[in-house]
Amino acid sequence: MSDYKAPIKDSLFALRMFGHLNDLAASEKYAQADPETVSTVLGEFGRFFEEVFGPVNAIGDTEGLKWSPEGVTTPAEFKPAYEKYVEAGWQGFGADTAYGGAGWPQGVYCLASEFMSGSNAALSMLPGLTVGAMELLEHWGSEEQKEKYLPRMVTGEWSGTMNLTEPQAGSDVGLSTTKADPQEDGSYLISGTKIFISFGDHDLTENIIHLVLARTPDAPPGTRGISLFLVPKFMVHDDGSLGERNDVDCVSIEHKMGIHASPTCVLSFGAQGGAVGYLVGEPNQGMRAMFTMMNNARLSVGTQGLSIAQASYQKAAIYSRERLQGRAIGSDSPGPVPIVQHPDVRRMLLTMRSQLEAMRNLVAHTAAALDMSQVTTGEESEGWTESLELLTPVVKSFCTELAVEITSLAVQVFGGMGYIEESGVSQLYRDARIAPIYEGTNGIQAMDLVGRKLGIRMGGAIADQFGRMHATLDEFRDAGSEFEASAQAFSSALDQLESTTAWIMEHGMADPRDALAGASPYLMIFGYTTGAWLMARQAMTARSDLEAGSDDAEYLEAKITSARFFCEQISPKVAGLVPAVTAGHEILYDIPEEQLTTF
Amino acid sequence: MAMNIVVCVKQIPDPADPGELDPNTKTLKRDVKLILDEADSYGVEMALQLVDAAGGGEVTLVSMAPDDEVGGIRTALAMGAAKAVLVSDEALVGSDALGTAKVLAKAIERAGDADLVITATESSDGYTGTVPEQVAELLGLPSITFAKSIEVDGNTIKVKRQTEAGYDDVEAPTPAVISVTAGVVEPRYPSFKGIMAAKSKPVDEVTVADLGLDADAVGWAGARQEIVEIATAETREAGTIIEDEGEGYAQIVDFLADLKVI
Ligand SMILES: Cc1cc2nc3c(=O)[nH]c(=O)nc-3n(C[C@H](O)[C@H](O)[C@H](O)COP(=O)(O)OP(=O)(O)OC[C@H]3O[C@@H](n4cnc5c(N)ncnc54)[C@H](O)[C@@H]3O)c2cc1C
Ligand SMILES: Cc1cc2nc3c(=O)[nH]c(=O)nc-3n(C[C@H](O)[C@H](O)[C@H](O)COP(=O)(O)OP(=O)(O)OC[C@H]3O[C@@H](n4cnc5c(N)ncnc54)[C@H](O)[C@@H]3O)c2cc1C
Repeated sequence: MSDYKAPIKDSLFALRMFGHLNDLAASEKYAQADPETVSTVLGEFGRFFEEVFGPVNAIGDTEGLKWSPEGVTTPAEFKPAYEKYVEAGWQGFGADTAYGGAGWPQGVYCLASEFMSGSNAALSMLPGLTVGAMELLEHWGSEEQKEKYLPRMVTGEWSGTMNLTEPQAGSDVGLSTTKADPQEDGSYLISGTKIFISFGDHDLTENIIHLVLARTPDAPPGTRGISLFLVPKFMVHDDGSLGERNDVDCVSIEHKMGIHASPTCVLSFGAQGGAVGYLVGEPNQGMRAMFTMMNNARLSVGTQGLSIAQASYQKAAIYSRERLQGRAIGSDSPGPVPIVQHPDVRRMLLTMRSQLEAMRNLVAHTAAALDMSQVTTGEESEGWTESLELLTPVVKSFCTELAVEITSLAVQVFGGMGYIEESGVSQLYRDARIAPIYEGTNGIQAMDLVGRKLGIRMGGAIADQFGRMHATLDEFRDAGSEFEASAQAFSSALDQLESTTAWIMEHGMADPRDALAGASPYLMIFGYTTGAWLMARQAMTARSDLEAGSDDAEYLEAKITSARFFCEQISPKVAGLVPAVTAGHEILYDIPEEQLTTF
Repeated sequence: MAMNIVVCVKQIPDPADPGELDPNTKTLKRDVKLILDEADSYGVEMALQLVDAAGGGEVTLVSMAPDDEVGGIRTALAMGAAKAVLVSDEALVGSDALGTAKVLAKAIERAGDADLVITATESSDGYTGTVPEQVAELLGLPSITFAKSIEVDGNTIKVKRQTEAGYDDVEAPTPAVISVTAGVVEPRYPSFKGIMAAKSKPVDEVTVADLGLDADAVGWAGARQEIVEIATAETREAGTIIEDEGEGYAQIVDFLADLKVI
């Protein structure tokens, strides 16, 4: 039995601070999502995943998937769980109301989706990928395509996939070679091989809508010659009924380190002559289309990191109060005592907890920027979009890097038991490890941050971001002696973020290699400092709630403690990263390539 | 034939975070957020299925709870119930089981003509297991308890009534009060649409006076039961662990024989 508890209270707290729920509810678009309804929906959503997806998580890991020439079979327990998910209508959470969706804010959906993948990361990839595919169709599909495919995807009866990767084209999507030959009736015949396609085949939905990047015969090379195609697993008649099988085959699945129940497929298109595909959007605009869903997809992978890490923290915290070892230093009792009483175990737990709260705040803040950009206009809207663009690579990488650290700490808290599969934390550690890799590796995210995002509006966007951080810092400094050390630490992190930013902008112009050499440590500096900023706001919110009189004092005091811990003990990690940012690229190349493989 | 069903739903503190007993009144403090008693979610599900099978009619909820609490009612409305009557009144504090039954009986009448009244066999927090029979008596209706399945055939209700040995087939004319056993159906999860729809479903919030009841008949004033003492339950003794070296079954048989259960 799974003991995962959806952290509903923490999510509502983060949304209250950063979700702009009242502003959103005041808009016509999100009028339905008033704070009270958000709380009800999160409550029911959380209970659903605790009770339905959670209990089949371990089975998915141990049993895994079966492949045969007919396709992929998921564990027997998955089907009823997914059917209940469809019945409850959760797939339509953020989807367009015109096609049966609920059209709810992405910020709320992001925090809710933490419960989904926290309960079962592997199975939750199915709904997650469908969300990405729906979004692409909503933005770029023709009216006819939307009417034909979206309604059944919104219900969850059909699922979606994303087909970018090929053997020779991973981070470098421009190298892809899958072909699309135009036919007289306006359709295309797709042929080629895609690899690593998540839920590329499975038995949980009656149809699968593949979104595939491919090249038309006259396309220019590189990313400028890539178009987006819709390739259904089963052809869909005009009346919505399913026709014959399309020429797409899952020829094998990978054996993986984690997310065992999420099929990672090699898909062969056109082995019998060509898979029927339909162009989505304009020819050669495939990469542009991909960019529209990238923000959301990257936010969801960041959230996935948060969710798996949160699940591991829960297990570790509970275990630390049960496992008896050693004496409590400074007490006469002969022991053994629960390990939670030992300072080093406490340190691990606070390191996990405070970073998790910072991650959740970061997700809430960034996803709200997406929503706010849609309900505001003019400069205000542009400002929100800039925030979103700037912070998206940080959410993706920072949250997934910390997810690996936190799940590893959870294994550590369990001691030897953590290395044993029965504990469940070992699965979470393995599951979390994919998040820094897919949806653009963390290295690629860091390059996006320094190469594209810092330059938004000639550095205007990052300057505005620093302005907002300084405003909070001033407030934090005035918030009383309780926060003096925290404000000092935040201030010092902010100084270093500003100086490394200036260094990168200056040196990156002269020699981009210098900026790229320090991009990853720079992204972490960005993450820790942004974390400190949001935790300063958390500390002040919790304090003012307490002053206003609350019957939840212990909870709020704990929020303050983790905020302080993050500022005072986590954010100073920034200092250790600065030299790696400002060293430039040379030392990295002082060792010749051949020396790297001389053992 | 359309079928109208009233389901009594108790809203209770979350058993995962149950709150405390008040040493003065010796009752549970109910100032926390209340949720739908899981025991009642089976009744709601059964009622929804019966209405579905009948091809028409609706499910009405009846609840008595402090502070106009609707958290649990909303869950049941989101599952598919059509409307609710909520009785909330300072005067109800201290009501014993009979007091509660009097209130529920009046509220059921207010809810309109019902073909069937469904309750759980016992609540998860109070579990006196007496309210359903008292309600039936007050309404002058037949009472069937421990139902594991309900079937409606014209004006007759056929129930499989759970017993220690198996089940009894029993029948009663409609309307009747039936208490259902926990776990006999799988309660549906509220859907996203259901949750949104529940926001605008009518909840008729009434007081003791609205029901035409005398304040003296309910609450502390009307209580004829008295809670004499509350005490901490004895902690359960640690069990015996038998290492099975091939003879484990014999020890289990001996153990059960000692208990005189075999
Ligand atoms: C379980 C799983 C599920 C997946 N699901 C999908 C899916 O559903 N759809 C899909 O299309 N793909 C999917 N992928 C593929 C995934 O997105 C790619 O693996 C990822 O983009 C990295 O590509 P690659 O594996 O070719 O690595 P490479 O691109 O070969 O990268 C190897 C290393 O080199 C670094 N690197 C590469 N280029 C540069 C550069 N220019 N500068 C600096 N560093 C660089 C990378 O950061 C990385 O550390 C999945 C992969 C896995 C493992
Ligand atoms: C002197 C005295 C004072 C008390 N004071 C209080 C008090 O101040 N506050 C308090 O909360 N409790 C109080 N109680 C406890 C109270 O009597 C019972 O909890 C309550 O009356 C119902 O009994 P039960 O839960 O045991 O019902 P059961 O008979 O176990 O319930 C069976 C089913 O009846 C229905 N039902 C029962 N109660 C309700 C309800 N309220 N609304 C809708 N359906 C219902 C449900 O379907 C339930 O599953 C007091 C008890 C005594 C003896």
